[in-house]
Amino acid sequence: MTAALTVGSLWKVFGPRADKIMGTPQADLSRAELKQTTGCVAAVRDVSFEVAPGEVFVVMGLSGSGKSTLVRCLTRLVEPTAGTVEIDGVDVTNASPAQLRDLRRHRVSMVFQHFGLLPHRPVIDNVAYGLEVRGMGKAERRAKAGEIVDLVGLTGYELSYPDQLSGGMQQRVGLARALAGDPRILLLDEPFSALDPLIRRDMQDEVIRLHRELGKTMLFVTHDLQEALRLGDRIAIMRDGEVVQVGAPDEVVGAPADDYVRDFVAEVPRSHVLTLRWVMRAPRATDSTEGPVMGSDTIVRRAAQAALASRHPVQVVDDGVLVGIVDTDAILRVVVAEEDPP
Amino acid sequence: MGTATAPPRRRTALGLLAVLVAWVVGWRLLEDRDTLVIGGAEQTGLSRWLTGLRDDIEAARDGSFVLDTLVGGARDVLDAVFTFLAELVSSPAGSRPVPEVGWLGVLVLFTWVAYAVAGWRPALLVAVCTSSFGVLGLWQDSMDLLVVTAMAVGICLLVGIPLGIAMARRRAVSVAVTPVLDAMQTMPAFAYLTPLALFWGIGPAAAVVTTLVYALPPLVRITELALRTVPAPAVEAAHSLGVSRRQLLRQVQLPLARSTIVVGINQCTMAALSMATIATLINGPGLGGPVEKALESLDVGAAFVAGLAIVLMAIVLDRTTTAAGDRTVVRARETPAAVRRRRVVLAAGLVGVVVAVQVSRTYLWAAEFPERLDAGRWLADHVSRATASTVGRIDVATGAVKDAVTYGLLNPLQSLLADSPWWLMAAVLLAVGFLLGGLRAALPTAFCLLVILGTGLWHEAMVTLNLTLVAAVLVMAAAVVLGVAMGRGRKTDLVLRPLLDAFQTIPPFVYLVPAVALFGATRLTAILAAVLYAVPVATKLVADGVRRVSPTTVEAATSVGSSRWQVITQVQLPMAREGLVLAANQGLLYVLSMVVIGGLVGGGGLGFLVVAGFSQPELFGKGLAAAIAIVALGIMLDRVTRRAAARYGRQ
Repeated sequence: MTAALTVGSLWKVFGPRADKIMGTPQADLSRAELKQTTGCVAAVRDVSFEVAPGEVFVVMGLSGSGKSTLVRCLTRLVEPTAGTVEIDGVDVTNASPAQLRDLRRHRVSMVFQHFGLLPHRPVIDNVAYGLEVRGMGKAERRAKAGEIVDLVGLTGYELSYPDQLSGGMQQRVGLARALAGDPRILLLDEPFSALDPLIRRDMQDEVIRLHRELGKTMLFVTHDLQEALRLGDRIAIMRDGEVVQVGAPDEVVGAPADDYVRDFVAEVPRSHVLTLRWVMRAPRATDSTEGPVMGSDTIVRRAAQAALASRHPVQVVDDGVLVGIVDTDAILRVVVAEEDPP
Repeated sequence: MGTATAPPRRRTALGLLAVLVAWVVGWRLLEDRDTLVIGGAEQTGLSRWLTGLRDDIEAARDGSFVLDTLVGGARDVLDAVFTFLAELVSSPAGSRPVPEVGWLGVLVLFTWVAYAVAGWRPALLVAVCTSSFGVLGLWQDSMDLLVVTAMAVGICLLVGIPLGIAMARRRAVSVAVTPVLDAMQTMPAFAYLTPLALFWGIGPAAAVVTTLVYALPPLVRITELALRTVPAPAVEAAHSLGVSRRQLLRQVQLPLARSTIVVGINQCTMAALSMATIATLINGPGLGGPVEKALESLDVGAAFVAGLAIVLMAIVLDRTTTAAGDRTVVRARETPAAVRRRRVVLAAGLVGVVVAVQVSRTYLWAAEFPERLDAGRWLADHVSRATASTVGRIDVATGAVKDAVTYGLLNPLQSLLADSPWWLMAAVLLAVGFLLGGLRAALPTAFCLLVILGTGLWHEAMVTLNLTLVAAVLVMAAAVVLGVAMGRGRKTDLVLRPLLDAFQTIPPFVYLVPAVALFGATRLTAILAAVLYAVPVATKLVADGVRRVSPTTVEAATSVGSSRWQVITQVQLPMAREGLVLAANQGLLYVLSMVVIGGLVGGGGLGFLVVAGFSQPELFGKGLAAAIAIVALGIMLDRVTRRAAARYGRQ
């Protein structure tokens, strides 16, 4: 299956004559050195990744790591300095203005941290705005927008204005506007960072639900590791404009690529993320075969109760083949000693 | 300079002191030498040349493409439009002894329009004020002034809003146009009259052109600002949905900028009204005429009545445009039922308008404002009498003020400024400019001084500078006292601010009226009018500066036991420095623009020459030279205070 989104060696350098830096030794300088010698800031440095159709891909990093610039480069809201972006087989980086408009109107939608709603329009017309931009007639676009308003749980608020809604509800409008055009890909730029923690959790559930119902490919930017682990099929961790690690949540937590990522994930309750794959050992001939049978992608916490209740070790079986054994103390080591690094 | 701010400031103070000492010594030794005094009818090389230029332009009018076809054509169109509108609402139309639409029709029409754009409260105000134009006996002049203002504002909207949009969307346009707007806004209103008269002559068309040129900059600026300050997230979100430039402008930027643009229209309208009254000097029709006539004959009563009509018009225009701006927000959210209701009321009102217009075309009582209701003369007489008795009763006080200002400030400073040799004065001004603003202030100062010298009106310019400085000192004194009170006290602010806002909407011409009542035709009149005109803007800037001082700092100062006086002098005023310098800058420019208008009523100096240039054709060139000198003075004062603000205003 071809990727929904392919990013190859993408660069974004802000500053005077930034394009002249590409391909020179200066491009290899660190961010601070580059700033010192040329006055330019490399916000995104040589980033490559692929997102599969239907995947939720999370880009995660602290503020200033370049993640917001990266997501804007994907539809050229920020013009990338070098590299390629391909969406649904369309070469975005070389698209003409008309092609680019078409792409934004039909294939990719975006949700923003600060919502970006139009304060002079009621909810229904905010949701329908993307359809209006395409040139859809009023009756048709309002009908379509009405369905989406129901889908995101805003029924009854169609005629309210954005400033009459809470932050969480405003972002539901933002989500609805992005979904109304039925895009293939949804880009979400820290959509819940401006919201209260409780509402943030609700909205994360909402995204999980929508993803399950609609199956859209999503690229989700966040600075919140919990959010990343919760939502992401895969996570890319960015630092100073570079991607330091890409992997599934358990890979990032179980095998951090470097000290930066290790520090980052140190606080994570490992039993919530790690799967049996990370704690199992190779089977031995003497192992009992009476213990519970589980897949290698079972999360440790989920396996703990059954494993502890049985007097026999857990047998990890993938596709009918015994791939490993998990002893009780291996589980205990993860559950009890959360804070100890492996 | 950021490393040590205190020493440079002390050096500046010492430098200024040294300049002052050198100046006074030089003046003592060289008094009355090289002062470049010229007589009232005396011509200079430049003024003769400029008068000749005017004559040449007059002579070349026929057949010249630019003058005849372009300017002449535009003039004919403007005159024709003016005549058409005037015959519609103000002056006898063709064979009719009365306008096409009489006062009743106009009254109902204006009220209906105000209701449509701004709601019923402003509509009520419009009804009352419009009828008061008739009651004051100034119906025709009022309508003429409205027509000139409306034409100018109309053209401003057609030109200014697209220009502002272009500036917001293309940096190159903004970079090219902004310095022109800066220069235009530094120019005192009076200085526009003569140069424009050179090409546009005098009369209604010239009045409209002058007015629109003066009123254009605020509209263009605010339109650009309005578009630029549209929230970036909304614009970015629109881009992410693939909007075209056109869609972005029409569906996102303009709707979000609308209420700010209406503020620009308000500013433009108020500027137009104030210029349209002054345009009476170039035979512009309207209420400026009666004010000017009354002021010249020191008829306080008549000046009061005409001034009152102008103030009422200012209030009406200000309130209506402001309310219209506020309503753009509310209007967008009306429920369908409310929209239907409003449409019904509007339609019913329209029927009333048609009936009233028809009645006013048919019956004389509805066409011409009934003389029985005309209370203008009566009011003027009473005001004259009341003023005479009041002024007579308080003339001990006014006399004391007059003497104190005249002998304490005006005369000594005038002597210093105008009786020193020109080269000494030039050196002093250059030195002050350099000390306050560095090279970037000294160079424009040198240029402006050269220009003033070139006009041959050095002595007159120094007289005007004297009045300006004295008035500015008084303005700053008042502004600091009032501004500190407002900045410190929420209640004081609540009481004073609307008052100051109201004062700011009054066209400058009107300020001459109370000043004349108190001081007759003297220099003090110009000063008092200038102070009245400039205090509101300066006070607001000082108050905002004091308000911006961090409350934590004030709290900290209070917590260590500072007295109120100590908090004001050691914390709030020093920290509000930027506001103070800004207030001085604006105060000086406002004062200058009013001081020259004071030339009409005994202010003397450059302003008088501008006035004389219009009343005596052979002095036209001298008036134009004076206008140039006024602009040079304005640029000099603006540059120096602005550079000083940039240097010393920051914390």
